[in-house]
Amino acid sequence: MTAIAMHSAALAKRSLIKTMRTPEALIDVTIQPVIFLLLFTYLFGGAISGDRHEYLQLLLPGMLAQSLAMGGVALGQNLNADIEKGVFDRFRSLPISRAAPLVGAVCADVVRYLSVCVSLLLFGTIMGFRVETGFLPALGAVALSIGFGLCFCWISVWVGMMVRTSGAVQGIMFLLVLPLTFGSPVFVPTDTLPGWLQAFVAVNPITPLVKAIRGLLVGGPVAGPLGTTLLWMAGLLVVFVPLALRAYSRRA
Amino acid sequence: MTEDLVVRAEGLRKRFGSTQALDGVDLSMRRGTVLGVLGPNGAGKTTAVRVLATLLRPDEGRAFVAGIDVLKNPRQVRRKIGLTGQYASVDEDLTGVQNLVLIGRLLDLSGRDARRRADELLEWFDLSEAARRPAKTYSGGMRRRLDLAASLVGQPEVIFLDEPTTGLDPAKREDMWGVVRTQVASGASVLLTTQYLEEADALADEIVVVNHGRVIAHDTPDGLKRKVGGQTLRVRPADPARLPDVLRLLDVVAAPGTAAGLDETAGSRPGAASVPVSSDEALDKLIPALRADGVEVTELALHLPSLDEVFHALTGRVRTEELV
Repeated sequence: MTAIAMHSAALAKRSLIKTMRTPEALIDVTIQPVIFLLLFTYLFGGAISGDRHEYLQLLLPGMLAQSLAMGGVALGQNLNADIEKGVFDRFRSLPISRAAPLVGAVCADVVRYLSVCVSLLLFGTIMGFRVETGFLPALGAVALSIGFGLCFCWISVWVGMMVRTSGAVQGIMFLLVLPLTFGSPVFVPTDTLPGWLQAFVAVNPITPLVKAIRGLLVGGPVAGPLGTTLLWMAGLLVVFVPLALRAYSRRA
Repeated sequence: MTEDLVVRAEGLRKRFGSTQALDGVDLSMRRGTVLGVLGPNGAGKTTAVRVLATLLRPDEGRAFVAGIDVLKNPRQVRRKIGLTGQYASVDEDLTGVQNLVLIGRLLDLSGRDARRRADELLEWFDLSEAARRPAKTYSGGMRRRLDLAASLVGQPEVIFLDEPTTGLDPAKREDMWGVVRTQVASGASVLLTTQYLEEADALADEIVVVNHGRVIAHDTPDGLKRKVGGQTLRVRPADPARLPDVLRLLDVVAAPGTAAGLDETAGSRPGAASVPVSSDEALDKLIPALRADGVEVTELALHLPSLDEVFHALTGRVRTEELV
């Protein structure tokens, strides 16, 4: 058990070195969420909410959820590329746990998810966003976002193990992430949606996540959506970690 | 005898979709020797190495590396082996040192020991100056060396090299051969796959010839040459269009169990055909036959076989494919 932790740490360090060396690979977790934030606030904010500040207060917690769900896409792509290049053949010929390369890569992704939280909260604050709860709940919102990102990214890892090219990882993941994040209360109040779409919103895991983060940042019920979100996170891990590991072992 | 075999595989079979990559491969390598696995592209060499290096489970068969069952105890086998894959599997974003330290850490060396081992190997492979540069700035030869260094971090008993010199220029290739010889001198056993007959001849104590997922010969380089027959007859028609006729006539004088083929001796121009023959009487038969068919030749020679000819005779090259 300690061996797998040490090996994963060594491999996480590898991923971090790679991230440092290619800072442009952080665009999707820094500039991109900020652009979305600007776009929605100033372009749609007035139309949707009537009041830009009020919209920003609702939008920013939702953007956290969306950006975290998208943040894991690059991970699956990178792992897929690593396998294609043969880097993982070396790891597989070493006496380490098969899980270590994947666990290490996922752990290193924390840096990316933290970047999402920092850039959104920083730019949000400049644009007028205000935390209405307190420091600790806000910290809780960041922790929940990162925690969700760490669970959700295993889908991307699994897809990365299954498909042949890293481009396909992105295609498939966007096909999943876009409906999940747009079919949720991230951008709009859901009471104007048609019934079938409301039914989708109700079972969408992003919905309780957005509600919980909103509760933690700007006030509102937290316990209920938080519980549901934690259940979803556990479910994602239980299903996709074994799937990803199996796919990794099988991949020749 | 058996305990002296550091690699032993029996009846390995592996199918990928409709391709039978391994079709009952038996392999054995004596401790402290170099075994050359020779074969054309797609013969199954890489698949065999991947099975032995625990990267791939065969559909059937058994394999033992350093006496350990590859299928039952892959983890223990991984402690004994070093693998250098067909394409350099170094991490391009990491520096030379970082690549090697990572492998050391994964082999449970302490940070300091991993560092020391990395420096040692980098110096040995003449990469000290580039040690702190990302591997993506390395030349092809440097990457190969770093890749090989990475497979030696754990001082493995058995080293698998999958086409270690493919794509290297001749000087770099000889450097690589030097490294292999040094490893063997220090007690390691090396299994290397290659498409270069010259390489197998230069390095290997024994050669296994693989084609279509089967071992078609296993012998010493000299033994292989002897097995195929004493001599080879090479004929180059003045008109390349007459090659099919030459092949047909050569088949008539071929040593038993062999067939004529296009001559692919390294360094020779294309357009010649050759065949193993059992005695120089073949020459006496061939000359009148060529004359009778009106085939003019610019070259006609009888010589001792090269490994090329051995190989081509054994694999029974499909002539029609190459003529089309």
